[in-house]
Amino acid sequence: MYIPKTAHKGRAAAVLLAPSLIGVVFFCLLPIAATLIFSVMNYDLLMPMNTMQFVGLKNFTRILTGREFPKVLGHTFTYLILYLPAILVTSMVQALILNRSFKGHTLFRTVSYLPVITSWVAAAVVWKWMLNGKFGLLNHILLIFGIQGPPWLSSRTWAMPGIVIAAAWKDTGYYALMMLAALKSIDHAYYEAASIDGAGPLRRFFSITLPLISPTLFLLIVLNIIYGLQVCDSVLIMTNGDPGGATTVFLERIYKYAFKQYKMGYAGAYSWILFFLIMAFTALQFWLEKKWVNYDA
Amino acid sequence: MRKSRTFAISKTVLLYLMIALLIVINILPFFWMVSSSLKGEEAIRTIPIKWLPEHPTLEGYVRVFNMKGFSFTRASLNSLFLAVAMTLVEVGSSTAAAFVFAKLPFRGSGKLFGVYLATMMIPGTVTMVPNYIILRTLGLLDTYTGLVLPSLGRAFSVFLMRQSMMGVNDAYMESAFLDGASLYRIFFSIMLPMVTPTLATLTLLSFMGGWNSYLWPLIVLTSTSKQTLQVVLGNMNSMYESNEHVLMAGAVLTILPILVVYLISQKYVDQGISVGGLK
Repeated sequence: MYIPKTAHKGRAAAVLLAPSLIGVVFFCLLPIAATLIFSVMNYDLLMPMNTMQFVGLKNFTRILTGREFPKVLGHTFTYLILYLPAILVTSMVQALILNRSFKGHTLFRTVSYLPVITSWVAAAVVWKWMLNGKFGLLNHILLIFGIQGPPWLSSRTWAMPGIVIAAAWKDTGYYALMMLAALKSIDHAYYEAASIDGAGPLRRFFSITLPLISPTLFLLIVLNIIYGLQVCDSVLIMTNGDPGGATTVFLERIYKYAFKQYKMGYAGAYSWILFFLIMAFTALQFWLEKKWVNYDA
Repeated sequence: MRKSRTFAISKTVLLYLMIALLIVINILPFFWMVSSSLKGEEAIRTIPIKWLPEHPTLEGYVRVFNMKGFSFTRASLNSLFLAVAMTLVEVGSSTAAAFVFAKLPFRGSGKLFGVYLATMMIPGTVTMVPNYIILRTLGLLDTYTGLVLPSLGRAFSVFLMRQSMMGVNDAYMESAFLDGASLYRIFFSIMLPMVTPTLATLTLLSFMGGWNSYLWPLIVLTSTSKQTLQVVLGNMNSMYESNEHVLMAGAVLTILPILVVYLISQKYVDQGISVGGLK
């Protein structure tokens, strides 16, 4: 593009870029470096900064060899293992329906997106009440079908599934729209050709739809693992890590260590462990990607 | 022939049944929230539970507005103010930066944009603790300035706007130069009007993000008079353990504003998801 000298391109670029760059440097890049430093320090927030002591990898070894870490890891994995299949199926079903034309399509679309725009705090407060063992609507409905529902959030076994139900409800609409975009990009000619060859609806779904949307599916899985490892708001409101520490997860621990116990170094180390986990999972995903994702179409 | 027609009809019925079921699942918690919010203190805890309140009362709502210690009205205004401030800061800084990356490349701007993209990979988790300490060092804890400042650097928003600005033809800008317009003038009067849809999408996403955010305001703001609606609702969660009708009234009031905003501007929100594919 032709830009005249009188436009003072360099100055304008600097002025326009400055606010954003200051934000990124001070609140993204500097913090990353800072957590790395804190994580090898003994830093109590209530003490002056110059009392910080270098402790090497002690924070890391204490976390990794502690009794709490395997539990937190286990809870987070339980969450992911339940949440991932649930969200993939529900958002796929919702997207497949959104991809068809029917009366009331706009209404359906609007309604399916309502949980997404709701804040996690409000959603969690409502779901906590939905899942109430005695007075909750869910167990009331289950009882209509003759099922005696568990006390959900106050049960060690059912607390995490309860949180997952709320999360799947809240996130389905969001991922359904992403999946819908992928479905819309599939060329109709494939389906027509398959129908002529006598392929039924199920066959068409598994042999055409699924492979062709596999890149989006892959993206969804990666995103969901990244976000799932950082599950927090829902846990803080719904169970606060209880009953008896049965739903403690990474971000909830980091929040508690940093802002309830003021152990900034320990919390920093926890953050880095979580970050490495996220990285490892993302890398693993991209390695597995070659085996099943189809980018040809 | 007849057989295939009944098959087609039952398929349609099945589709509508699925649609109805999904609508019910999506709506049910909202229904339960509203229904419970209209119940009285005893009705909320009677067995068997009632789908609808037998004697609807606004007691829950009245109590929400008369809480001891903090004001729900004040918190609503705080939330509104903060969401608007965060939106202005994020949209302003990101749009300006996007313009530079899209149309005013300089030596190393490609690499810098790469750094921006890389920060999108870093979870907010890692930056939360140090950001708090940075604000503390700057003496900005418990201030709105401190809460809003991190909104300056939002790589995803820059990315979103840049994508859209890349598509604008240079010829518009070049002819504006010939008419003697400055780069700022071109940014405001030529570029921004050309990317209005994306701008609207970003504005909405960022407003919703600001309104709904919880952990960050919870950490930064300590004075009760400054707290946001989400934080107050979170506090109510532990205060009204056996008065769920008050809690549900609070939830209704927290959701209502964002619901109105969404219904008015639905088109742009949907667009944001298909364009960005990110929260």
